[in-house]
Amino acid sequence: MAEHPDLRVSIGPLNRKNPVLTASGTFGYGREFSSLMDLNRLGGIVVKGVSLHPREGNSPPRIVETPCGMLNAIGLANVGLEAFLNEKLPWLRKLDTAVIVNIYGHSVEEYGAVAAGLRGAEGVSAIEVNISCPNVKEGGMAFGTDPKLSARVTGCVVKESDKPVIVKLSPNVTDIRKIAAAVEGAGADALTLINTLTGMAIDIENRIPVLANVSGGLSGPAIRPIAVYMVRQVVKSVRIPVIGVGGIMGYRDALEFLIAGARAIQVGTANFVHPQTALHIIDGLRGFCLDHGVSSIEEIIGTLREG
Amino acid sequence: MKGLRTVIEQDAEIAVNQRAAAGTYLMGLRSPEIAAEARPGQFVMIRMGQGMDPLLRRPFSICGVRDDLIFVVYRVVGRGTQILSGAREGDALAVLGPLGNGFRWFDKACPPVLVAGGMGVAPLLFLADSVAAGPSAFFVGFGSADQVVRPDALGVQGMGISIATDDGSAGHHGLVTELLENHLTGLTGNPGIVFACGPVPMLKAVAAITRKRGIPCQVSLEAAMACGLGACQGCAVRASSGQGRTYWHVCQDGPVFDVMGVDWGAL
Repeated sequence: MAEHPDLRVSIGPLNRKNPVLTASGTFGYGREFSSLMDLNRLGGIVVKGVSLHPREGNSPPRIVETPCGMLNAIGLANVGLEAFLNEKLPWLRKLDTAVIVNIYGHSVEEYGAVAAGLRGAEGVSAIEVNISCPNVKEGGMAFGTDPKLSARVTGCVVKESDKPVIVKLSPNVTDIRKIAAAVEGAGADALTLINTLTGMAIDIENRIPVLANVSGGLSGPAIRPIAVYMVRQVVKSVRIPVIGVGGIMGYRDALEFLIAGARAIQVGTANFVHPQTALHIIDGLRGFCLDHGVSSIEEIIGTLREG
Repeated sequence: MKGLRTVIEQDAEIAVNQRAAAGTYLMGLRSPEIAAEARPGQFVMIRMGQGMDPLLRRPFSICGVRDDLIFVVYRVVGRGTQILSGAREGDALAVLGPLGNGFRWFDKACPPVLVAGGMGVAPLLFLADSVAAGPSAFFVGFGSADQVVRPDALGVQGMGISIATDDGSAGHHGLVTELLENHLTGLTGNPGIVFACGPVPMLKAVAAITRKRGIPCQVSLEAAMACGLGACQGCAVRASSGQGRTYWHVCQDGPVFDVMGVDWGAL
């Protein structure tokens, strides 16, 4: 029996109890937030990007606040595939929520190897492929800004994986629809967009970049209108489902993405500001549906009235 | 387990927000839950209001706990603390805590030596106030006399501190680390342990002084951080060699570190 209002959504092959996920890199491996909230209420958790080998990350300073946002250049610090499987996943799989594993590599083969390493992993609902992280000089950006490379990475992960494959797109491109189409053509089950926008901040007293990495990824409410627009563009140009992310701080922001056609949303930087934001959004969506006489969130998705 | 520690997130009423010295304020927030859990050396993340700008919380060492209030002391250095200084008593601020590891101190029979620079006095005052016999010495450095924050201004009565100022307008004219060095040089017995908090150059000097003499020392470090929970990984500081890792995270592994575990050359 479905709850009323019904917040259940399908994201391609993935059926979720509600459309609210937490974004990779902003929610650790879930456990960091376990004393603050009931993680079982979430639609899903996208874990910190996992690479084949552990990664220590960039030199500090790694983050700086900017107007209504922040720049980060963490450098994809993570425990690596083996430790993820042995130390993080056993705890995560006990949760009653979808665990989506964000992965990345430094070559097409490495992406494939991580996907293969997750084959058969119990408790992993889907893979989200990061082809868009702007921080790692030897990879990331090069894949996500080139349609052919994006398609190659996607094709390799689809071939190696036994799970639904979601590809996370970079906004740092001339036309995101071209990348989306290439990734769809390579067999992706869904898309997540947008990742962070590349930016920098300067220390005017010392005339040096604030971040040791020079540039970083901009996130937070400052980028939300860009994300909404890109989601709308992509929703109109592909057939596979889109997950919207970018500066969502509350349920009203989430609704913009859903109305634009996103079938789910991710909460990112807001997790740092208010750890329970994702739960407040679930409650807010429910309240909005009740106030508007909507019995299912499906009645809202993709209902934008354009001129 | 790190992930299972009690952390509380709540809107806490501002019970006190008063000037303690030039550009320096004492804030008391009503949070019985955090007050019950807080240990010296731990910190809280506080939002600067309700809006989207500034967006992120700021970390503050807890400088004391009295009844159901937790106290922090801050100097107005940027937009966030400027806004904080204008917050009215009775208003509420979002507070997350207590976070991080406190000072670890095993030989309680030997009173510690405390060294603070500026706002670094905050966690050490909490520590000093929790030591029954008081610290064996408490050295605090400030820029000038008008910036001096005395323990009684922070609600701790009868706590003696030795002051150093950069301009000599109060106490010793010079560095607080000179007071530490003189103290240790004149000492005949066991110096015990040194706890320090303050600007990086001061901490580097404290690390060098204690290392030279083979005295155990722990420091409380500061770093830009977004979450305080170990999720953002923004607050990395380089570990010394032999720690089995390249970086510590100030929020989870600290903010209190053994001086031997930190790569001081990278700070």
